[in-house]
Amino acid sequence: MSNKIVLGYDDSEAAKSALAFAVSLAKAQGAELVIAHVLEWSPYSFLTPEEIEQRHKRREEELKRAEDALLAPVRKSLEDDGVTVSTELKYGHIAETLIDVIKKSGANHLIIGRTGHSALSSRLFGSVAGSLAQAAPVPVTIVP
Amino acid sequence: MRKSIKAAALSAPLLLAATAPAMAQSVDERVNELFASSTGWFVNLIFSPFPGTSFPWIVAWLVVAATVFTLYFGLIQFRAFPHSISLVKGDYSDPNDAGEVSHFQALATALSGTVGLGNIAGVAVAVGIGGPGATFWMILAGLMGMASKFTECTLGVKYRNEFEDGHVSGGPMYYMTKGFAERGLPMGKFLAVLFSVFCILGAFGGGNMFQANQAHAQISGVVGDYPGWITGVVFAAVVFAVIVGGLKSIARVTEKVVPFMGVMYVAAALVILAMNADKIGWAFGQIFEGAFTGAGVAGGMVGALIQGFKRAAFSNEAGVGSAAIAHSAVKTKEPITEGFVSLLEPFIDTVVICTMTALVIIITGQLIQDPNTGLYLLDEGASTIQTVDGNKGVALTSAAFSSAFGWFQYVLALAVILFAFSTMISWSYYGLKAWTFLFGEGQTTELVFKVIFCIFVVIGAAANLGPVIDFSDAAIFAMAVVNIIALYFLMPIVKKELNSYMARLKSGEIKKYS
Repeated sequence: MSNKIVLGYDDSEAAKSALAFAVSLAKAQGAELVIAHVLEWSPYSFLTPEEIEQRHKRREEELKRAEDALLAPVRKSLEDDGVTVSTELKYGHIAETLIDVIKKSGANHLIIGRTGHSALSSRLFGSVAGSLAQAAPVPVTIVP
Repeated sequence: MRKSIKAAALSAPLLLAATAPAMAQSVDERVNELFASSTGWFVNLIFSPFPGTSFPWIVAWLVVAATVFTLYFGLIQFRAFPHSISLVKGDYSDPNDAGEVSHFQALATALSGTVGLGNIAGVAVAVGIGGPGATFWMILAGLMGMASKFTECTLGVKYRNEFEDGHVSGGPMYYMTKGFAERGLPMGKFLAVLFSVFCILGAFGGGNMFQANQAHAQISGVVGDYPGWITGVVFAAVVFAVIVGGLKSIARVTEKVVPFMGVMYVAAALVILAMNADKIGWAFGQIFEGAFTGAGVAGGMVGALIQGFKRAAFSNEAGVGSAAIAHSAVKTKEPITEGFVSLLEPFIDTVVICTMTALVIIITGQLIQDPNTGLYLLDEGASTIQTVDGNKGVALTSAAFSSAFGWFQYVLALAVILFAFSTMISWSYYGLKAWTFLFGEGQTTELVFKVIFCIFVVIGAAANLGPVIDFSDAAIFAMAVVNIIALYFLMPIVKKELNSYMARLKSGEIKKYS
């Protein structure tokens, strides 16, 4: 069975630790790494007329920025390191979208960083790590 | 001598203090006079009746158009209603397009431009003049207006301009020029220029002055009377900060709070209706009876009909062309889907929200009836129905809601201010699109429009309701005159789009993603 690991990645410190952990694991297991970045987006939010007009342009810019600043450098350095790696860049609800990526790629492991929310905000809104731990279809490793 | 000087010195500030309000009032009066005298001819032209009758030709124009579109597209507002809901829910949205403007967002933004004072104050004006029967005609106008909205918004997306930097401009002026050229018809450019001029006037009128005026009426109703120009200056400053200063945070907060307020408004109305559940049957009885007999109402049945149609058109803007501007910025592969989504607007705006307002006013007994005959009593001028405390416009709605919950007037005041504000922001955008169509896109030309827009906020708050509402109506209906002409010529294009889309939907080529 092919081994595939999805890594939820952003520009946080925790994500960098998670990346390091995922890389060591992928090397040890000879697994393939899927690095996924989700741009938070709800189709049910509210926009002003100007924002609607600019949205298409903004989206292209956001995608380009995430690809250039976040995903491309990581992909390059991992490829140089000899790890089999691919990237996914999506819009949506972070936890739901990561679950979609897991299902589509057929991965068997999810690794995410633990982002430091205050106890209160996690209690009110839940945390991404928490909801993934509960809802992901594969084992989840949360890296502090 | 000395004493008297001292007395005079003492009394001078007092005197000044006493004359200050009088001076302020006279600023309001002067603004009002100047405004009424300079716009009167335009108002008379738009609302002139058919010779020998009291029926304004513009009302017939709107009714006929809505009927034509309803029949031409085979009752599209009912046929496509379920599909429209699926589109808004995102059932047909490609997940790979996430991050683009969704149908829901387009609808919500367009709605926050239309849901506003028309729903609160306009309805009160309608039932205050036309009696409960006006509600019936308002609902009918709302249902038929769905077809007009469908037509204009499909065209708005189809013929929009996409600029190189990725931003989009659309609206009637673009389908008039491009659509007419495509069909080999003359006069497209002429209509587009005419529409743009009226759209700018409409943006200053209904989209601005009427809003400022009624927001002031609402605030002074709560805190006590004070000169209108003060409200005007404050509002103008905030609008200026948003549209010129690019203070997006205020606009964003409004966009979020407005839908919430809308839901709360409907919820409050439903609670009041539930509290008076025994009277709902009676209220509908009044509405139907009034619609066809015009019992005791100024102008009889025709009066009720005119008021109903006028206020519905003013509230949901179907056929006016403004929604075509709002919806055209949406990125979609199928222009017709935006038409489907937009037909929900008159439904939510008029059939749901306006009807709620009307029912609450009727059920809480704000309109005074003769206890013996059941006929509505008219005031001295015999032009409006007598109300408890003589309220009219937004004050009538406020009185109706506060008769159930005393504190609701404060919530309503806040809702009115926010609705007024969000409508102003939307209309500043519509007006700007017409302005840039005429004068070209550019920072300076845009700034000129925005500054004039803010000046009109002050004028609107200072002027009386009568001249303001007349001018607002006239400007918005003038847009409809030009827009509907264009829609008649371009509706075969919409039909072609509709047939092709429906065929592909049936064959399964267009499929659900979820």
